[in-house]
Amino acid sequence: MRSRAARIDAVWGVAMAAPAVLGVTVLGLVPFGFVIWYSLHDWAPLAGRFTWVGGANFVRLLNDDVMWGSLLTTLQFTGMLVVINIGLALVLALLLNQRFRGAVAFRAFFFSPVVVSSVAWVLIWSYLVAANGGINGVLATWGIEGPNWLRDPQWALLTVVVIQVFKGVGMNMVLFLAALQGVPAELKEAARVDGASPARSLVSITLPMITPTILMVIMITTIGSLDVFVPIQVLTQGGPGRSTTVISYLLYQTAFLQQRFGYASAIGVILFLVSLLFAALQWGSRKRWVHDEV
Amino acid sequence: MHSYVSRRRILGALGLAAGAVGGGALTGCSTSRPATRGPVKLRMLTWTSNERHLAVFNRIGAAYLEQHKDKVSEVVFDGVVDGTYLKALTTQIGGGDVPDLAWTFEGMAAQFIDSGVFANLTPTLTAVPDYHVDDLVDGAMDLWRKDGDIYAYPFSNSPLGIYANLDVIKAAKLPSPRDLLASGEWTWDKLMEMAAAIGKQADRAGFQSAADPAKDWNSALGPIWLSWNARPWTADGRTCTFAAPEMVTFLEWFHRQIFVAGAMPQPGQQFDFAAGQVGFRMAQLSMSAGLKDSFEWDFLPMPAGPSGTVPVVGQGAVGVVAQGRNPEIAADFLAYFTNKENSALLAAFFPPPRKSLLAVEALSTAAPALTSAQIQGTVIDQAVKAVTKVGHAKLSELDDPIRAGLDALWHKDADVRRVLETLTAAVQKIIDE
Repeated sequence: MRSRAARIDAVWGVAMAAPAVLGVTVLGLVPFGFVIWYSLHDWAPLAGRFTWVGGANFVRLLNDDVMWGSLLTTLQFTGMLVVINIGLALVLALLLNQRFRGAVAFRAFFFSPVVVSSVAWVLIWSYLVAANGGINGVLATWGIEGPNWLRDPQWALLTVVVIQVFKGVGMNMVLFLAALQGVPAELKEAARVDGASPARSLVSITLPMITPTILMVIMITTIGSLDVFVPIQVLTQGGPGRSTTVISYLLYQTAFLQQRFGYASAIGVILFLVSLLFAALQWGSRKRWVHDEV
Repeated sequence: MHSYVSRRRILGALGLAAGAVGGGALTGCSTSRPATRGPVKLRMLTWTSNERHLAVFNRIGAAYLEQHKDKVSEVVFDGVVDGTYLKALTTQIGGGDVPDLAWTFEGMAAQFIDSGVFANLTPTLTAVPDYHVDDLVDGAMDLWRKDGDIYAYPFSNSPLGIYANLDVIKAAKLPSPRDLLASGEWTWDKLMEMAAAIGKQADRAGFQSAADPAKDWNSALGPIWLSWNARPWTADGRTCTFAAPEMVTFLEWFHRQIFVAGAMPQPGQQFDFAAGQVGFRMAQLSMSAGLKDSFEWDFLPMPAGPSGTVPVVGQGAVGVVAQGRNPEIAADFLAYFTNKENSALLAAFFPPPRKSLLAVEALSTAAPALTSAQIQGTVIDQAVKAVTKVGHAKLSELDDPIRAGLDALWHKDADVRRVLETLTAAVQKIIDE
């Protein structure tokens, strides 16, 4: 029989967890249930049409070249963003983990975009990456003819990726820095005494010790990149052609521009499944490479 | 199962976006929406939050309220940011928070009417004494009529014209556009010839259309291609004509102006007419409010193309939302809001579709920076004979596929005919679905 103190602890535990559980349920699970319900309908709010179609939206999705192209674009975007963002964040955190003059300013420089409004950030970049904008102006002074960053299908997606990387790299940098500062100094000292080079110490001591943080950062960056929207809406509207039409933007177009809410809901379900698959793969692989995971 | 939505649904479109994009969310329930008894609150969704506009709207609303206390308890004008307007309207209707009256753009006219978004106004407008339906400009009403019935009132009926930076033109030793207009030489070819000369100068663009053709094809190309007698589909909307000879000729010409002549900036380049960087800019009279005295400018009618001069208006219209709670009362308010007397008040901001109000004095308040000659020649004379850009009952479905298809045009080596043939196949498929 549990003691009174244990029961009070249990009540407090439930009370503390309740807001989060309630929030996830009301703001996440219930709406997602509605999304699934809507995905089984042909819903055009302006026309007042709400017709049961069963799985027809999903059958149509399977044969929809635009959706598959968009899914591929999303995977390309996510792959590039995760690799560049996490690689750069790690390098920056390793640099900042050294004591040098100006480290605070350096950290602030890379972290400040995190707190800037996404729309403002993207608008500033829109002037920089215009065909006759700041970046090409600088390149021209060196005799280089820069590309039409946002209008060339070869460059548009990468340009959006880079803009997003600089928007979010500061947060990942800070997370990595916190993890690096948690690596016991005695481990690195022992490696140094045993004759390990700095590179060997980094590869065999430091990086393995921060793998839990690397896993978390990969997961949140991946999920965040799967639902990218603002830079696409402001900079490219999915173009040129469909070269930057990621799936979250396709969902927006389908629902709010084409008025096909049922079909857009089905796309939303697909996006959810893709996010879930990525999260599951990353979580499932942790025992192979994450420190202290058994 | 086939049911029309006639129930309140609190979980609206945001719930959809939330579930998929990871944003916020709402909850859902359904109730019927019977017509209310007793004085009702009327709400009009607009895309303006301009305080001067709202002051006039509220003045009209208050006057209506005073006369109809038994029917109406409040009239609210709900301003939404322009770029998010359609999203807001859709979300509100989808979420069951249906406005009684709503604005829409001319491009959505066919869709709003064909799909029953707007209610038929004819019984109300013809029953109101002194409404003078015959005072409405025929061309202005084309999009808003179906089978003889009126479904919306185009409160803003603003012709497109060409702003010319006279300082830039003089500096390039080019002829005065007004002289060209007087001598009958004001043509698209002549304009582009001058624009090409301006575009050769550093940090200058020759001509900008009303929008970026790579982002908003209908606003950028639609007002011009009519002067080539080119249209994206037949009048009944059933056959795509993007590959028709007139359209191919027009778009080959347009492509040449960008990539061979340099008369227009290439997609992706940014220039600002108000900053004095551009020779010519297509826009409506409202742009004059943002032009400072830093350079001399003129506002001219549209030039002539191979099929002559085709004046084009951009429109904003107000209609009664059929799914609203009180469509009859809302229609009565719309008739009051747009009667001759109140249209005169609205004319302080929006060129009206009423012949009797198309006068320099009425419009000079809307555009004080324009001269009487500019208002008469470029606004009034054009408004009475203008047409609208083409619309389609499936425009919202067609819009992005056309944007994506036309994107293949916006590089110098594009094969215009082949691009248009490919686009035609894609558009026809959507039309036929």
